Amino acid sequence: MSTETETRPRAAAAAPADPGLPANLRRNAPLVPTDTSAGRSLAAVIAILTFLAGLCAGAAEIVASNAAQWQGSVAQEVTIQVRPGPGRDVDADLARAESIARSEPGIGEARVFSKSEAERLLEPWLGSGLDLSDLPVPRLIALRLGGGQTADLKRLRTRLTEALPGVASLDDHALWLQRLSTAAGAFVGLGIGVVVLVLVATGLAVTFATRGAMAGNREVVEVLHFVGADDDFIARSFQRRFFGLGLRGGAIGAGLAILAFALAGLLARAARSGPAGQEIEALFGTFSVGWRGYASVILIGVIASLVTGVVSRLTVRRFLA
Amino acid sequence: MSGGAALNIQASMKSLLPGAERPVVQFENVGMRYGLGPEVLSDVSFRIAPRSFQFLTGPSGAGKTTLLRLILLSVRPTRGLVSVFGEEVAGISSQKLTGLRRRMGVVFQDFRLLDHLTTYENVALPLRVQGRQETSYRAEVVELLRWVGLGERMHALPPLLSGGEKQRAAIARALIARPDLLLADEPTGNVDPGLGRRLLRLFLELNKLGTSVIIATHDFGIMDAVDARRMVLGEGRLRVEE
Ligand SMILES: Nc1ncnc2c1ncn2[C@@H]1O[C@H](COP(=O)(O)OP(=O)(O)OP(=O)(O)O)[C@@H](O)[C@H]1O
Ligand SMILES: [Mg+2]
Repeated sequence: MSTETETRPRAAAAAPADPGLPANLRRNAPLVPTDTSAGRSLAAVIAILTFLAGLCAGAAEIVASNAAQWQGSVAQEVTIQVRPGPGRDVDADLARAESIARSEPGIGEARVFSKSEAERLLEPWLGSGLDLSDLPVPRLIALRLGGGQTADLKRLRTRLTEALPGVASLDDHALWLQRLSTAAGAFVGLGIGVVVLVLVATGLAVTFATRGAMAGNREVVEVLHFVGADDDFIARSFQRRFFGLGLRGGAIGAGLAILAFALAGLLARAARSGPAGQEIEALFGTFSVGWRGYASVILIGVIASLVTGVVSRLTVRRFLA
Repeated sequence: MSGGAALNIQASMKSLLPGAERPVVQFENVGMRYGLGPEVLSDVSFRIAPRSFQFLTGPSGAGKTTLLRLILLSVRPTRGLVSVFGEEVAGISSQKLTGLRRRMGVVFQDFRLLDHLTTYENVALPLRVQGRQETSYRAEVVELLRWVGLGERMHALPPLLSGGEKQRAAIARALIARPDLLLADEPTGNVDPGLGRRLLRLFLELNKLGTSVIIATHDFGIMDAVDARRMVLGEGRLRVEE
């Protein structure tokens, strides 16, 4: 063989970093091309899905915490209803019922609603300016539980019906509470279901995007194989890129959802200062997301990016196998 | 360890007896067709000895690239046996395949550089995919790039390189991991004769360090410069001129 020897190109293999290295040398750029329009669309899809899931989670949290508050305050209260009857002195019946209630342990407070108060309660339904004096408007005694002991409502009820049969009845709101908790539970369950659906949709979107990226980068994958990359290395490269996209989309979506809640909370606070606002608040509770709501929105963002990374990796592994 | 010592003795004894050494590549009655097309290669049998140097030649369309792809395990033979580094390639696991490919360096006829990576990153790729730290190979890569005349172009992206520059980048990528087997498909097709001889010398140097080299080429200029075995493909058959 004809050979003119020249210095081995790689004789000084492990020499210290070359000082003459150009400064603008790009090193360790991602192996899978980033920032393609497909990648941007995927990040947008993930952002939108995360945003929607975040709204759902926040709404569910509002309902759950308000329901808990309602339940707490409602469960602290029972009412005695005293019906006026022909030939009966309502005020005497009321006084009787009140004294029975006060004699019970565990009843902290008893407040008798006057006739005019009772009529005012009907105003929203019947309108004002109506003469109700002829109508047999039931009268109420609001009892607040407490006083160190637990009240025996069953005994109170039997004592009331024995003393004032057909006239006084005790409403402990049990039915209403049960309905409220069922409704709140259903709503929260629905919220969780929607969040799960959204995460599944994210996974599917990522599967399609990964397949597209694999097809679009077939050449890159082939070259990586030829230069000795194993499937795991290639899958990791794709996973890194998609996790980045998922993180970006998840952060944007979760950020927007948090922004939306903060804004809605501000608006609600501004509206609450008016008289109508107080009524609305009494009806619907406070419209503000607690820290649990914000935490779950952030969690959804994180889970969405993790799902993106894991699903892309699995898709690549299946594609390569 | 006694086992390791025994292996060493075995290895050094083998190197004393070149004929008894396990071939790097062995083809036995290999036939190959693409899909339902005609047979590109038929009944091809040969061995590539360790540390050997050979040219693969033949007219355009004779199947040189196909034969190299068979060695690279990027296509499978339709019949016959192909074994590489003593490993029969039919039904090989992907893990073993990766191991075999890490021992080979390839210069593709169409280069196959990754367009979104710089020349430097392209050349460093075989080391990078082995999980090595960038700092551990930087000097090595830069030196090789300078040696093939790409010292000034190492930060350029391949679409901005000339044909000859791409070719040199592809060669540098094939050499960087010091493979046991080098496959080069028309490695001097796009460079002037002077640079062609310089690159040929690079292959010969690598060969002297123990790498088996197969160069597919039409270029009689470089074939005549080296007194090496020629494998000539024609009409699907292989003829070996020692
Ligand atoms: N992927 C493919 N699918 C179908 N036919 C192919 C494919 N690749 C190559 N061929 C055919 O196989 C034959 C051999 O091709 P090959 O590329 O191996 O030739 P070659 O010797 O490398 O030619 P050249 O010197 O022009 O590079 C040709 O007839 C070609 O058309
Ligand atoms: Mg060819």
